Amino acid sequence: MAYIEFVNVSKQFPGALRPSVNNCSLAIEQGTFVVLLGLSGCGKTTLLKMVNRLHEPTSGHILIDGEDIRHLPVTALRQRIGYVIQQTGLFPHMTVAQNIAVVPKLLGWQRERIESRIDELLTLIELPPAEYRHRYPSQLSGGQQQRVGLARALAGDPEVMLMDEPFGAIDAITRATLQDEMIFLQRQLQKTILFVTHDVEEALRLADKIVVMDMGCIVQYDTPFRILTRPANQFVTNLVGADDTVRHLSLISVERAMQSPPPDFHVNGQPRIALHDNLRNALSLLLRTGTQTLVVAQDEHPVGILTMGQIQHLVGRVHEL
Amino acid sequence: MNYLLNNAERVWLLLLQHVYMVSIALLISMLIAVPLGVLISRYRFLAVPIMGTLGILYTVPSLAMIVLLIPFFGLNATSVIIALIIYAQVILVRNVVAALTSISPAVIEAAYGMGMSTWQCWWQVQVPLALPIVLAGVRLAAVVCIGIAAIGAKFNAGGIGVLLFDGIAMGRDQMIWAGALVLAVFALVVNSLLRLLEWAVDPQTRIKRAARQHAQPPPQPAAQPSH
Repeated sequence: MAYIEFVNVSKQFPGALRPSVNNCSLAIEQGTFVVLLGLSGCGKTTLLKMVNRLHEPTSGHILIDGEDIRHLPVTALRQRIGYVIQQTGLFPHMTVAQNIAVVPKLLGWQRERIESRIDELLTLIELPPAEYRHRYPSQLSGGQQQRVGLARALAGDPEVMLMDEPFGAIDAITRATLQDEMIFLQRQLQKTILFVTHDVEEALRLADKIVVMDMGCIVQYDTPFRILTRPANQFVTNLVGADDTVRHLSLISVERAMQSPPPDFHVNGQPRIALHDNLRNALSLLLRTGTQTLVVAQDEHPVGILTMGQIQHLVGRVHEL
Repeated sequence: MNYLLNNAERVWLLLLQHVYMVSIALLISMLIAVPLGVLISRYRFLAVPIMGTLGILYTVPSLAMIVLLIPFFGLNATSVIIALIIYAQVILVRNVVAALTSISPAVIEAAYGMGMSTWQCWWQVQVPLALPIVLAGVRLAAVVCIGIAAIGAKFNAGGIGVLLFDGIAMGRDQMIWAGALVLAVFALVVNSLLRLLEWAVDPQTRIKRAARQHAQPPPQPAAQPSH
């Protein structure tokens, strides 16, 4: 059963010529990481903000866990939903700890429970509590601020997280780090996440499923791999660069392509690649080292081989995968 | 100085009258200016008519303003207090609006997005962030009101102005000096007290203190070769 469900949701702002969100229906499973992808002004942020009722739909319903969100008091609904925005929105007059404590306080938690939650979250986002608890947002780097924003959104242990281009204003290197941490966090926390971005690479990296939007409509809702290999129309093809072979390779794991070594194969100094890595990195390693064969390793033990020919073969039949 | 010492009781009474006029006027002013400021920061189109009207009122000379008010409120302190309220409005409303609009919209969106009610957002987020700028307005308005209230003596309202006008009428320099001195000291003291309050409530004060705690100790200067 779907955890978040949009049923024929439309939103037209007063004075706008066409609806920002046009008759969208969408079912999101519990615990999935769903990325809303599209150009500026395609309605992805509007769709997101209707979930915590910062915008109200003009028509249609949104259900969370089977319950129409309009039947809940708006503050109670929002306290159940984690919300992260691009400009962080951290309260500048509160310390890191006070910022994180906001939702737990609204929820009426006991002081000890709040204090231990703050320490737990700061440890989770790798800002040592002893050092960072009493700092103010202006004393943190952009990446650290965004992590505190994430911790603050997680504080009330919400089932649903809404993230509106959270890494949009952050430099490329820090962004990549934050994306890695996000993947790592999601593996532990299994939240239902709606994440807005216009960055295709970011969407492909993070998403379990991607919603491609254009002109207020949902064009395609599918896994990153299928979005790339079976784009619904020309718009999706152009947006995600679906004819980009290297991009395809980044979504295929080494495990899927490797072969068991031939009987006469000897491991002697060939470059190694991890079993869970992707073919894009494998290709890069092949080109860089100039070899024809990589040894696939799992926990330092060789478990198979991967050749240039193998990768080429897969590229040829990527649409059948 | 002699005049002050010989007439301490009278001067003290006049000062109290002055304080009374100014504080009542500021209190009522704030009660009007805060809602007006909130209204303008929410509905920006109101800014031009409201600020325009207040600006025009501010340009009316204080003597003329009080004279115009006398038919309605009588020849007493009330007319003077009403005039002070009108003058304080333009300063206070402008600062309330500036303070509220200086808060990043992202901060307000985050507050509501996390499930704060309008009331919680106001007290926990907007008020603490706006307070230093609002208090700067209060300080300016207080000093302006202290000055204008001196004219109240002409209209039977009492206050330190009595010393000035009586001194001129009787040609007693000592009285004029005494009045000017008390008025100036009063204004300076109020100004400093309000500035101290501003400093105390400013989040930046706490942030800077925290920054000092986290700052690295300064590097030791290289040892000087001894001779």
